[in-house]
Amino acid sequence: MSAPYAKLPAWADYGLIPLINLIVAFFVAGLVVLLVGESPFEAVQLMIKGAFGSGRGIGYTLYYATNFIFTGLAVAVAFHAGLFNIGGEGQASVAGVGVAVVCLAFDSILPWWVTFPIAVVAAAIFGAAWALIPAWLQAYRGSHIVITTIMFNFIAASLMVYLLVNVFKAPGQQAPETRTFLEGANIPSLEPLLNMLGIAARRTPLNITFFLALLAAFGVWLLIWRSRLGYEIRTMGHSPKAARYAGIGEKRIIIVTMLISAGLAGLMALNPIMGAQDRMQLGFVGGAGFVGIAVALMGRSHPVGIILAAILFGMLYQGGAEIAFEMPNITREMIVVIMGLVIFFAGALEHMFRPAVQATLASLRPSSMGLKPKPAGDA
Amino acid sequence: MADAAIELVGINKSFGAVRANRDIHLKVEPGTIHGIIGENGAGKSTLMSILYGFYQADSGEIRIGGKPAAIKTPNEAIAHGIGMVHQHFMLVENFTVLENIILGAEGAALLNRGIARARGELHRLEQEYGLEVEPDAVIEELAVGLQQRVEILKALYRGAEILILDEPTGVLTPAEADHLFLILRRLKDEGKTVILITHKLREIMAVTDNVSVMRQGQMVATRKTSETTVEELAELMVGRRVLLHVEKGEAKPGEVKLSVRNLTVKDSRGVTMVKDVSFDVRGGEIVGIAGVAGNGQSELIETIAGIRKAVSGTVMLDGRPVDVTGAADPADLRRRGLAHVPEDRHHMGLILPFEEYENSILGYHNDPEYGNGVFLDLKAVEADARDKIAKYDIRPTDPHLKTANFSGGNQQKIVLAREMEQDPGVLIVGQPTRGVDVGAIEFIHKRLIAMRDAGKAVLLVSVELDEIRSLSDRILVMFDGRIVGERGPDATEGALGLLMAGVEQKEAAE
Ligand SMILES: Nc1ncnc2c1ncn2[C@@H]1O[C@H](COP(=O)(O)OP(=O)(O)OP(=O)(O)O)[C@@H](O)[C@H]1O
Ligand SMILES: [Mg+2]
Repeated sequence: MSAPYAKLPAWADYGLIPLINLIVAFFVAGLVVLLVGESPFEAVQLMIKGAFGSGRGIGYTLYYATNFIFTGLAVAVAFHAGLFNIGGEGQASVAGVGVAVVCLAFDSILPWWVTFPIAVVAAAIFGAAWALIPAWLQAYRGSHIVITTIMFNFIAASLMVYLLVNVFKAPGQQAPETRTFLEGANIPSLEPLLNMLGIAARRTPLNITFFLALLAAFGVWLLIWRSRLGYEIRTMGHSPKAARYAGIGEKRIIIVTMLISAGLAGLMALNPIMGAQDRMQLGFVGGAGFVGIAVALMGRSHPVGIILAAILFGMLYQGGAEIAFEMPNITREMIVVIMGLVIFFAGALEHMFRPAVQATLASLRPSSMGLKPKPAGDA
Repeated sequence: MADAAIELVGINKSFGAVRANRDIHLKVEPGTIHGIIGENGAGKSTLMSILYGFYQADSGEIRIGGKPAAIKTPNEAIAHGIGMVHQHFMLVENFTVLENIILGAEGAALLNRGIARARGELHRLEQEYGLEVEPDAVIEELAVGLQQRVEILKALYRGAEILILDEPTGVLTPAEADHLFLILRRLKDEGKTVILITHKLREIMAVTDNVSVMRQGQMVATRKTSETTVEELAELMVGRRVLLHVEKGEAKPGEVKLSVRNLTVKDSRGVTMVKDVSFDVRGGEIVGIAGVAGNGQSELIETIAGIRKAVSGTVMLDGRPVDVTGAADPADLRRRGLAHVPEDRHHMGLILPFEEYENSILGYHNDPEYGNGVFLDLKAVEADARDKIAKYDIRPTDPHLKTANFSGGNQQKIVLAREMEQDPGVLIVGQPTRGVDVGAIEFIHKRLIAMRDAGKAVLLVSVELDEIRSLSDRILVMFDGRIVGERGPDATEGALGLLMAGVEQKEAAE
């Protein structure tokens, strides 16, 4: 007897519970909408229409989802090793510097399909580098990774302001952003693809980084469940004692895992910088690093779950913008509140409904006292 | 006759295809000690978990004191006066003893009041039953034997009238077990009812009033203890005659394979646990280390296996030094032919949420036969796991089952199979048969002897004096971190017991 409570069947664990969490989140969000004097039903309609009702909506939804897939994967990888990487926000910002430098340096001399891979590598390296000190401190000094990565988010935020204002800002320009990239850093939009699929899309930022995100999800799956390193990461995550017994170097795993995690977070920078704005602007990460935490929690740290959760949050971002636009009483800030609620119920309160679901399922089984057992397979 | 303290009527429980309990009927008379025995995976823990509200029976009824009781959660079981000491402890490792005891029964919103009351109550219980533990010690720092006392105290603190103990003596020395039985008898004299699950038939004979036997999910027999024998019980359990004694020939010790000199080890609190220990183990012999749990054996073998750092001293493996005071690496030692079956299979030897086949390579997961430079070859790992499952009769035979869902004894076999099948030159085994049924003990002992006869060096640590005496070619007794004596396999239990208790008498040696 080791598992104290009967575990839930997979369909309940991966389907039912997230669904219940979502419904409750929407219910509470609906109350908020009601409070400000709008109809929650209309709001939901607006949101879904805004997110999926048009080619442009779909494009935006998937564009946001791309960001969240990267940051969600980042959190998940660290999580498998028992580490909580809160620093996605900072890692992605710093990765943006790498992307920008590559683009500014090569956009006039190389074609996009050469610039892009270089930028991918730069994004991963710059993102990973930003986690190196927190990782080292955790591994060798035991400083808690949650604290250090949060602090590095702040440092990154200040650093970005400094760099954009003092280093990257083109002379004579007002906004804290780099100059617009040239041809050589323009990666293909997925508009033609959407149009080919019969979805009329115009002016959407969705670009090939989306496929890079899917590829990264597959890579994470391979890493965690198929590779030797993944085996070591999971061992560490479940039982540091067993890891020591097995000769798995704790320090090494902490550092390697954090670098991979931060590298993934770094890739997120490609999407807005190269895919959408063709320049680096201040605040281009836009909270994706934090949304990644909710995405990873909701997606159960599994790449497939993360993709689905990322699309959900993409929908919230895009549909939410639509609501704010259409409903006078609902401001942009209101939408942030609603998203916060979803994160709260779907992510942070992940375990709230679990006991109730367990108890209900247990009592639904043919266990009512005194019944004859169902004839089962073997005798 | 009074109503049965507990009556189970037609209990059924399946886990997927595994029928863990089938149509179980059981009556436990109040004020008795009732033993339950059965092979690994027979369904004993499952049955008790149903009684304690961890699992729901698929069908059947529980009656407490004659009245039907719906027990859906452990809290309801506690409310019915049922307390449980688990086979695998359920303590919060980084809490103190006291904190663990009041956990879930804090009694007040402010902890300090509950704690103060608990301290008094704990003191009373300790006095009454002789269950001494330091209330402010942190659980993870306690030896397993002491952790168990905490479990018992926890149940008593909650006012248990019916106490279920699932393999409580697996971790105890005979002396400690005797002490436990004293406690159980005292409980019985007070009219409490005790259900005792154990694999040790001797204990059944010594302490129980009645005994029930389970086999493959069914209750196959119930006997009055006074009217049965160890042989009959063993046969009822396994369904065949079991060899209860080890048969082995003369040892032919060869080269020294493992050599330990002046080893001193401190634990994480800085307490010196191993003091200046020196010994050799030769190929072709089994050296047993006897001792009461917590006298440094765990630290000793963990240091030799490269998990812990020594303060000073040297260890040589096959004549080459192991950097025990510095960078000894368990992975490296494995490659050098040192296998280690850890005492604590749950936190060290296995990762319970992993599937069985994933655990079958823990520590060997970088070996070339399990994949290439980057990826694991899961097909190969699985085939290998199936092999071991067949060879060691691990049940159920599903390599994809979560390890936590194997019964205790079968989990132990998973670890043993992994370590022994590597064909190591030196094997360190901690508590190899803890929680393992008589049939499997026979099997494991045979394999250990076979390893010895194949010229391997075996270092055996066990709190089972019987096991030490029947397997070892030489016995070292450890007390308070030192090796206080070496004896031959013919040493009497009494003589070893004295040494283990730290009675330092040179004359006792002669
Ligand atoms: N949660 C679970 N999911 C699936 N199978 C389980 C689960 N718990 C137990 N089993 C299976 O049910 C059977 C009975 O297990 P149980 O733990 O009750 O055995 P046991 O008699 O206590 O054995 P041991 O003496 O080894 O402790 C085993 O085959 C075990 O693998
Ligand atoms: Mg059991």
